[in-house]
Amino acid sequence: MVAELRLDEKRVVADRVVTTTCSYCGVGCNLELHVKDDFIFMVTSPFDSPVNKGNLCVKGRFGYDYIYHPKRVTKPMVRRYLLESKQSSVVSDQWKNRKDAPDLGYKSLLANSQLPTTNYQSPWDWVETDWDTALDIVADNLVRIYKRDGSDAMAVYCCAKATNEDNYLLQKIYRALFRTNNVDHCTRLCHAGSVVALQKAIGSSAMSNTASQVIMNDVFIVTGSNTGENHPIIALQMKEAVQKYGAKMIVVDPRRIDLVDFAELWLPLKPGTNVPVFSAMAHVIVKENLVNWDFVNRRTEGFETFVESLEKFTPEYAEEISGVPAEDIRKAARMYATAKNGAIYWGMGISQLSHGTASALALIHLAFLTGHVGRDGTGLNPLRGQNNVQGASDMGAMPFHYPGYMRVDNEENARKWEQAWNIEPGGLSRKLGLTTTEILSHAHPGGVRALYIMGENPMMSEPNLNETRKHIEQLEFLVTQDLFINETGAFADVFLPAASFAEKDGTFTNTDRRVQRVRVAIAPRGQARPDWKILCDLATRLEVRLGRERSAKWDYESPEEILREMASVNKDYAGVTYERIEKVGLIYPVPTLDHPGTPTLFTETFPSGRGKFIPLDYVPVMEQADDEYPFILTTGRLLEHWHGGTMTRHSSLNEAYPEARVEIHPADAEMHGITDGMPVRVTSRRGEVVLRATVTEKTTVGVIFIPWHFSEAAANLLTNDALDPEAKIPEFKACAVQVFPAREEELTHPEVEVRRGRY
Amino acid sequence: MEIILTMDGKEITVEDGQTLLEAARENGIDIPTICWHEATTANGLCRMCVVEVEGWRTLQPACVVKAGAGMKVQTRSEKVVRARKTILEMLASTMDLSDAPEILTMMDEYGASASRFPDAVRRESEIKDDNPMYIRDYSKCLLCWRCVQVCADDAQYTYALNFEGRGYETQIGTFFDKSIPETTCVLCGQCVGVCPTGALKPKRQYLLERGVSAEEISVMNTGRKQRKVKD
Repeated sequence: MVAELRLDEKRVVADRVVTTTCSYCGVGCNLELHVKDDFIFMVTSPFDSPVNKGNLCVKGRFGYDYIYHPKRVTKPMVRRYLLESKQSSVVSDQWKNRKDAPDLGYKSLLANSQLPTTNYQSPWDWVETDWDTALDIVADNLVRIYKRDGSDAMAVYCCAKATNEDNYLLQKIYRALFRTNNVDHCTRLCHAGSVVALQKAIGSSAMSNTASQVIMNDVFIVTGSNTGENHPIIALQMKEAVQKYGAKMIVVDPRRIDLVDFAELWLPLKPGTNVPVFSAMAHVIVKENLVNWDFVNRRTEGFETFVESLEKFTPEYAEEISGVPAEDIRKAARMYATAKNGAIYWGMGISQLSHGTASALALIHLAFLTGHVGRDGTGLNPLRGQNNVQGASDMGAMPFHYPGYMRVDNEENARKWEQAWNIEPGGLSRKLGLTTTEILSHAHPGGVRALYIMGENPMMSEPNLNETRKHIEQLEFLVTQDLFINETGAFADVFLPAASFAEKDGTFTNTDRRVQRVRVAIAPRGQARPDWKILCDLATRLEVRLGRERSAKWDYESPEEILREMASVNKDYAGVTYERIEKVGLIYPVPTLDHPGTPTLFTETFPSGRGKFIPLDYVPVMEQADDEYPFILTTGRLLEHWHGGTMTRHSSLNEAYPEARVEIHPADAEMHGITDGMPVRVTSRRGEVVLRATVTEKTTVGVIFIPWHFSEAAANLLTNDALDPEAKIPEFKACAVQVFPAREEELTHPEVEVRRGRY
Repeated sequence: MEIILTMDGKEITVEDGQTLLEAARENGIDIPTICWHEATTANGLCRMCVVEVEGWRTLQPACVVKAGAGMKVQTRSEKVVRARKTILEMLASTMDLSDAPEILTMMDEYGASASRFPDAVRRESEIKDDNPMYIRDYSKCLLCWRCVQVCADDAQYTYALNFEGRGYETQIGTFFDKSIPETTCVLCGQCVGVCPTGALKPKRQYLLERGVSAEEISVMNTGRKQRKVKD
C-alpha cells in the first residue's frame, strides 16, 4: 500500500516545448516538440490548431528520429581528389564519369552502416573537411564551369522540404549570379500536370479552397489520391464530413483505399483512364441538363466546342475503356452535379501520367459545368504532397517563373526582379529554364555540367532509374546538401550537411496556402548548418569570384529578412510577416499588412478572367498491358514512409514497415502461383526488382502496386519515363510489367516479416 | 437563445445548450475534470466534475448536464467536495498515479488520502511493448475512455482500441487482445496525445525514463528488429 503518493522521479520533464510545423506532407500540421537536453522525446499538437485540431499521423508524431540517426552526416564531405587538386577537371576520366561510383556508394551505402574505411585510398573516397574548404571547393568549381560553359551549364534542384526562405535564396543565387533559369524542384514530378492544367484553364495553380472546408461539402470526389495514407489528417476531416456532417464521398481510384469504406460510391477505374471517366460524367451532366447555366454563361468560355468534343464520351464508351460500370458513372455525375456544395480533391493519380494535364482538365471541366468553384465548401483542390511544395513553387523554384508565378520571359517581370536584386537592366535571363527531368537528360558535355541539389533524391524519385543513373554519371560536378548521403549523394562530389526542420527557423506554406512558422527546437547536430546560412556563405563566395559584388544582397541576418525581401515583390505574400504568423498561419493571398488572408479563391473571377473549357481526347497510357507484360504497375506511397526514404528509412518508421512489398490481387496471384509473402520478380522493359508479394483485394485485377520508398526494390527502376508533352511530368502511375515467383535468396534485402493488421 | 442560472450564488448568462462545465468555465468558475478533454465527446465517466443542483436528487456531472434556465448550482458544496475526495481516494487505491501530476495536485487540493481504502485490489498489468512507437502501461490507466474515443469517431475512425472485460475486470485493450501491429492501428498516437496518466507513452520517452540515454536510443533506431526494452 502506498502511504504517500509521489510523482515518479524518473519522469522526464521537458526543458522546453517548441511549436513548429511538421516537415512531412502538405497538410502542415502544427507540432509541439518536447525537448530535454536537446533530445526530442515527444511530439504533441495543440488541440486548438486550425489545421489539424491536435491530430497527427505516425510520421508527424513519431517519425522525427532521423534527426538523431547515427548515419546522419554532420560534417562537410568532399571527394579526396578535390582536396588534392581543388578542381574536378584534372581528375582522370575514370573518376569524372563515375563508372565505379555504384560499388563505392550506391546501394552498398544503405547496407553498410559506415562509410568505407579501407587502407586503399581512392580519389573517390569521401573525406571530412571544414566548411570553408568545402564551400571554397564548391564556389571554385561552379564558377570555373560557369566561366567555361556559360549559364546553360548550370542547374539547380531546389527543395520542397526546405523553407520558403531557403528556396527563395537558392533560386536567387542561380538567377542573379549564374543568370540561368535552370531552376526546378520536385513539383515537376508530382503536380506539374495539375499546375499546367489550372494555369491554362483559370490562370492559377493552388488549391482553390482549404482542406478544412471539406465538412462544408455535400458531395465530394476524391480521385487519384490515397488520402488516408498520404494526407492522413485531411482524410480524417473527410471521414468526419461523411460521418458527422452527412457529406457523400465518391472515390475514383484503381485501388480500394481505406476511404472507400466511407464512400457512397467507388469507381475502380483502370490506371490512366481518368479522361474518359470524367468526360463521361461531363457528358451525363450535359445530356441530362444538370448544367449550372448561370456559371457557365457568366464565368466560362469555349463551352460550345467543348460540348461537341464530349459527344463520343458516353458512359458506355468510358465503361469499355475504364472498366467502371456506366451506371455508376451516371450516378456519380448526378450526385456531384446536383449537390449544393460539391468539391473535387485530387492527387498524383491524376497528374502523374503522360496525359496528366488532360486528366486534370477533365476535372476542371466538371467544376465549370456545375459551378462548384469560387464558393466556400466547393473547389478544385489538388492536394499538394510535400510540406512546402506550395511554398517552393511560390518562391520561384521553377524554370518558367520568378517568385509569385511571374513568367521569366516577360520583360516587365524581369525588370522588377532586376531592380529588387540590384542587377543591371537585361542582366537576368529571359530564357525559359529546364525542368527537373530535362536537367538530368541534358547532363552531357555541351549541356548541363554542374548540378546543385538541395535535399532532393532524384536517384529514387525519377522514373526509369537505370537511365537516370546514366545521366547523373555524366555530370562534371554534383553538390548535394542534405541530412544523409542518400542514393543521389553517392554520386556527389561534395556533400554539405544541412540542418533538419527542428534545427532552423523559417516558414512553410501548406497545401491550403497557409504560411506557417518553423522554429529552432534544438541546436544543429555536429557541424550541420541551416540551409539559408550555407547558401548565404556560398553566395558571398560566388559573387566575389564572379565579380558581381555590387549586385544582389546576401548578408542576411535572419530568415525573416529574406521573407521581407521576397514579399516586397511577390504581392501574394505582401502582408505576411513573422509577427503576424507567430501563433496562427496566414492563408495567402495576403496583399496588405492588415489583410486577414484568403481561404476561398475565385469568388468573383478567375485570374485569367473567364475559365476556359478545353476540348479533350482520350489518349491511352504510353505502355499498355500485353501478352508479354500482362500487368499494369502503379506506384505510390505508404503511410509509414516518405518519398525516397532519406528521412523515414532512417527512422523507427522503418520498423513499422521495413521492406518493400508488391500488392497483387488474389485472382491474379492464384493464376500466377503466387502466395502471400512469397518473393516475386517484377520486370518491366526497363528494369527489374525482387520483393515480397502481399496478396490483397486492395488492388484490382490486372493492376499491381509497389511503393517507391525502398531502394532495395526501387519501383522507379520499372517506371516509364514517358513525359506529358506540356507539363513534362513522367508517367509514374502506369507501366506494363510481368510478375513471376522468385527465390528467397533473390531478395536483395530479406527482412523478418512484420505482419500488420491494417495491410 | 440565452438563459440565466445561478452558479455558486452568482447569476450567470449562458447560451442555451451549453453544459454546466462550459457555463462555469466561461464565467471563471473552476470545476475540476479528469476524463473530460476538449477533443473528445464528454461521457461523465470519472465523475470528478460533479456539482450539486438544487432540487435534484443526485450529484450531476457538469461535463454532460446542460445548463437550464433558473438552475441553482453549487460547484463546491460539502457534498460535492466529499464526492470528489472519495473519487480521488478510490483512484489512488486502485491504480498507479505516479505519472499523473494534475491528479496528484487535485489530491492535495482536496486533502485526499491514498491510504483510505487499504484493502482495495490494485489494478495491475504488465507493460505492453508490442510496437515501435508507443508502450501501454495499463497499471496507470484510469479508464477515462479518451484513447478509445480518439481512436474511433472523435478523431481517427480506426477503431483499434476498445474496452475489454466487465466490471472490475474492465480494461482498455484491442480486440481478442491482439498485438497493436496486428490490429487496424495506424500508429497515429492520437491516444498517446490525450492520455492523462502516462499509461500510453511514446517509446522514446519511456526508454529515456528507464535510464536509456538519448545516444543509445538513437542507435536503437537503426536496428531493424523490434526495439524491446531490456530489463
